[in-house]
Amino acid sequence: MIQGLAFYLFAAIAVASGVMVIASRNPVHSVLFLILAFFNAAGLFVLLGAEFLAMVLVVVYVGAVAVLFLFVVMLLDINFLRLREGFLQYLPTGGLIGLILLVELLMVFGGWSFAPDAPLSVASRTPDIASVSNTEAIGRLLYTDYVYLFQAAGLILLVAMIGTIMLTHRTRSGVRKQDIARQNARTKETSVEVRKVSSGEGI
Amino acid sequence: MTQIGLAHYLTVAGILFTLGIFGIFLNRKNVIIIMMSIELMLLAVNINFVAFSHFLGDLVGQIFTMFVLTVAAAEAAIGLAIVLVFFRNRGTIEVEDVNRMKG
Repeated sequence: MIQGLAFYLFAAIAVASGVMVIASRNPVHSVLFLILAFFNAAGLFVLLGAEFLAMVLVVVYVGAVAVLFLFVVMLLDINFLRLREGFLQYLPTGGLIGLILLVELLMVFGGWSFAPDAPLSVASRTPDIASVSNTEAIGRLLYTDYVYLFQAAGLILLVAMIGTIMLTHRTRSGVRKQDIARQNARTKETSVEVRKVSSGEGI
Repeated sequence: MTQIGLAHYLTVAGILFTLGIFGIFLNRKNVIIIMMSIELMLLAVNINFVAFSHFLGDLVGQIFTMFVLTVAAAEAAIGLAIVLVFFRNRGTIEVEDVNRMKG
């Protein structure tokens, strides 16, 4: 009973904030509604017994990705209202395609059932929650059977980090930076000049 | 109120996925909203994975969700960097202006 209530609460808020993400006028509001949607999806994950993923979702999405979006939206000095021109023009086509897709998805989900032998082909059975917690079970699986994929995920993040830095880094002119190699390469001859100054004349 | 089953979660995920696609069509000019729509679609996929993982008793679905999360984070970072560079060069982020590589 209480689980059903929580499910409907989380699902309704997630869907409503999803609508607001695509419909709100101000992109900053869109980002904030995206955060709300992710929080409620994390609630759904908790209901499904995936506590670790719920917390990861909050940390990664709310803590990193959404803040990244927020930074970029606020960094760009754009007239966002002008970008909304043609909103109503695209509404019929987009609405039609969305409706068709939704009906198709609901038909698939409605007339769908597990194959009788599907539970037999489970790759790794979820251990009993009383003996092993969700986080521990995921860790045991992730660091044994899927350790190579885990490393590959780390590599993907490394490549993304390098790519992002390469893309956004620029050498600006007119900025004085310390160049240690140049400092060390300086000698007395290149930097000091000794002149004989005759008295009463100046240089 | 009936028992919450797999179909309930799949319906929520389906609605969220459709909202993502709808958002791409609706905000055809604003790259940032399009990227948020993509994040919404990936979230729907993740809900599907976790729901199936729970109801089938298979933990691998949750492992896969973690990889989807990783790729989504990388995609968001690189996409936003490209948007930033594009804005620096052109002073706009309208998708219809992205035609420089056409020559």
